[in-house]
Amino acid sequence: MATVELRFSALPEHVRTARLVAAAVARRAGVDEAVLDEVRLAVGEACTRAVGLHLSHGVEAPVRVVLTDEEKKFSIEVGDETPTTAGLTPGSHPDVDEEPAAEGEDEMGLAVISGLVDDVEVTTSDTGGRIRMSWPTAPQSLLP
Amino acid sequence: MDLSLSTRTVGDRTVVEVGGEIDVYTAPKLREQLVELVNDGNYHLVVDMEGVDFLDSTGLGVLVGGLKRVRAHEGSLRLVCNQERILKIFRITGLTKVFPIHTSVDDAVAATD
Repeated sequence: MATVELRFSALPEHVRTARLVAAAVARRAGVDEAVLDEVRLAVGEACTRAVGLHLSHGVEAPVRVVLTDEEKKFSIEVGDETPTTAGLTPGSHPDVDEEPAAEGEDEMGLAVISGLVDDVEVTTSDTGGRIRMSWPTAPQSLLP
Repeated sequence: MDLSLSTRTVGDRTVVEVGGEIDVYTAPKLREQLVELVNDGNYHLVVDMEGVDFLDSTGLGVLVGGLKRVRAHEGSLRLVCNQERILKIFRITGLTKVFPIHTSVDDAVAATD
């Protein structure tokens, strides 16, 4: 079961909230302080990407963030509800002419995530996309 | 925390002091500021990021866009940043090769290459 689950309307102003919540839960789960900046950035990038996909495809469903404190790791899953076909078919992106940087920024977001996180998995399906990331946690028994 | 922006002129350079968080919500403000400066004929920009607490790929995109705009006028866009967590984002995206990054505003203003 998820430790904390967050759903938010696909609006840019809520991405910061998701970052703050993820960092707070990660800290509590025992993720190293030095890595929390990476968690904050990675979850922000994943949420930004999901918000962008929802807005550009007119998806009204919320973006979902699942934070799970597992035995030796802390995992974050960010899910969007943009179907694969809409996300990957060339020419189907309604904003493509309006701001050419939008598509590039999306890729830059993924580049940042893969540069930051060792354990990351990006999947897409007919019901939406999913970015799953995890970080090791310090075993509770070893803490002073 | 919101984004704070202030600009001042030092010699032929325009220094943009940025504070707070640059993300998908606040980046449009920075974009507007840079576009406005270039439209007003300021082609040599120094973006002081010492007060920035958070920067993501949306912010990087805006900086790259700013660079593209000043270069169209043979201008320059230099960054001032000493914070390791911010520098790291430039490194993993390879943008340290794209932007001249300085340790102080004085250094960036004096740079000519």
